[in-house]
Amino acid sequence: MQLQRSKWKAFSEGLIEWTIRVSGISAVVFVFAIFIFVFWEGKGLLFSDDFSISELLTSEKWDPTHTPPSYGAARIILGTFSVALVAMIITVPFSLGGAVFISEFCGPRLKEILKVVIELLAAIPSVVWGFIGLKITSVYMKELGADAGVSLLNGAIILALMSMPIIVSISEDALNAVPDSYREAAIGLGVTKWQMVYRVLLPGAKNGLLAAVLLGMGRVVGETMAVLMATGNADNNPFSSDAPFLDLLVSVKTMTATIAKEMGDTVNGGDHYQVLFLLGVLLFSITFIVNLTAHLVIHGVKRK
Amino acid sequence: MSAQREHAIVTEDLSLWYGDFQALDGVSTRIRDGVITGLIGPSGCGKTTFLRCLNRVNERYGNVRTEGMIDILGKNIYDDDVSLIELRKSVGMVFQRPNPLPISVYENVVFGLRIHKRRSELSKSVLDQAVEEALGEVRLWADLKDRLHDKETDLQLEQQQKLCIARLLPLKPDVILMDEPCSALDVEATTAVEELMRSLAGQYTIVIVTHNMAQARRISDDCIFMLLGNIVEQDRTEDLFLNPKNEKTADYIEGRYG
Ligand SMILES: Nc1ncnc2c1ncn2[C@@H]1O[C@H](COP(=O)(O)OP(=O)(O)OP(=O)(O)O)[C@@H](O)[C@H]1O
Ligand SMILES: [Mg+2]
Repeated sequence: MQLQRSKWKAFSEGLIEWTIRVSGISAVVFVFAIFIFVFWEGKGLLFSDDFSISELLTSEKWDPTHTPPSYGAARIILGTFSVALVAMIITVPFSLGGAVFISEFCGPRLKEILKVVIELLAAIPSVVWGFIGLKITSVYMKELGADAGVSLLNGAIILALMSMPIIVSISEDALNAVPDSYREAAIGLGVTKWQMVYRVLLPGAKNGLLAAVLLGMGRVVGETMAVLMATGNADNNPFSSDAPFLDLLVSVKTMTATIAKEMGDTVNGGDHYQVLFLLGVLLFSITFIVNLTAHLVIHGVKRK
Repeated sequence: MSAQREHAIVTEDLSLWYGDFQALDGVSTRIRDGVITGLIGPSGCGKTTFLRCLNRVNERYGNVRTEGMIDILGKNIYDDDVSLIELRKSVGMVFQRPNPLPISVYENVVFGLRIHKRRSELSKSVLDQAVEEALGEVRLWADLKDRLHDKETDLQLEQQQKLCIARLLPLKPDVILMDEPCSALDVEATTAVEELMRSLAGQYTIVIVTHNMAQARRISDDCIFMLLGNIVEQDRTEDLFLNPKNEKTADYIEGRYG
């Protein structure tokens, strides 16, 4: 028996190990590098004398091409949050309901079909969703009374559909991870199906479900192209109108859409260019916090 | 329901298939009311399957087909008008591995009440009393009365299994089915659970599956020996162990079977 490792084997194993290690570390490096790059591009304006961060966050006047320009992103921030909020309100009940149905109530064949359909839904490119928003759903929005069709609600519906696959599939995993012994215990005590869902499955899977919702939210907040096309990208405050709380039929701007739309028209390194990068930093921080929360929640499940 | 009923469970020609595989082959038996009946037999002979027919939990697997009749306390449980929810309320089940739900001790005990009773019937005093009674009956009250709101995972296995018995009691079941309830427990815990079962006999009809011959002798009044999806012999436990009428029974209890 030959116990000595061949030189080539030792070398190739070492190489593989290093490749893996480098790719792991590079992921971390990239995330930081991107953050620093985005921040760097915007920092000149952030520290300059005629710019105030509180104006950026609270002023409603966004007019970066005027002289002197106004950089008030309050409406854009409100637009971002209101679209995300409405999208989540629409998508969460449907997605969780769908996940419960797929994992608990439907037969194996239907289950396969539904899973494939949901994967297909996840594969539709963002710009195609934008088209759907622009041409199909907006028609119904017009009937509801939105002047242009494209509107907050329109964007939220598209985002709801787009985030559904990720929420459904992660929720379904979470429900599958609920031990079968819990189901048997509950069935043995005579639960109805509905009691099973809300007394055993939802509590049993709650961390995973929460993580699913947060990841879906990350997708919703970060989405650009579809939302640009479906909301109409007009600078309105959805909260200041005749509608009781939130005007769903008004066209709004989001941070992502603003950056994508305006970046091409800016002078490289100019104030407008820099303020868009600052919006990017803000957006990055929001999605980072949402995803980090999701991660911590999932991790909480595993530790137990 | 007459209190003087002699047999709590009567099955006639009960057959069951998992897909194409026949796991029970025409089982007919009568199980006496208010006593402990042990169910023994080699691995794979259909003990669990038979037990799980008695509250119809078998049916959660899609590929199960059943024929024949099971009469529990005068009612054929395969009749169309049978409510599975009511059936499972009066025929409780204890599983091989303790499976308390991931909620507090208190909530585990009142879980059955919460799902079967209207909220208005469940005042705090009613629930508190149910918890004290049920835990008292399984002899956990003294140990757990200060820990009622702890998570179930903090309990020892023995306590978990007793809790799984306790949670059946507030529903006032007639029959309690137990599938190898001690197989996950150590010797002392087994003794404790066996004592508990003896103390519950009389009030409830208990059917217990066990691999442990000594346990069957210690705790059961009647005993059923199963082989290949069928009942070979059924008798008073003493008689079955001392004078088995069937050669196969004798072989099994003397350990000559797998
Ligand atoms: N869900 C199922 N699908 C298909 N076959 C099954 C299923 N459950 C049990 N069986 C088969 O039915 C037969 C009887 O199983 P059962 O679990 O009732 O035996 P058992 O007597 O309880 O055995 P053990 O002592 O090992 O628990 C076995 O051959 C088993 O493989
Ligand atoms: Mg078994």
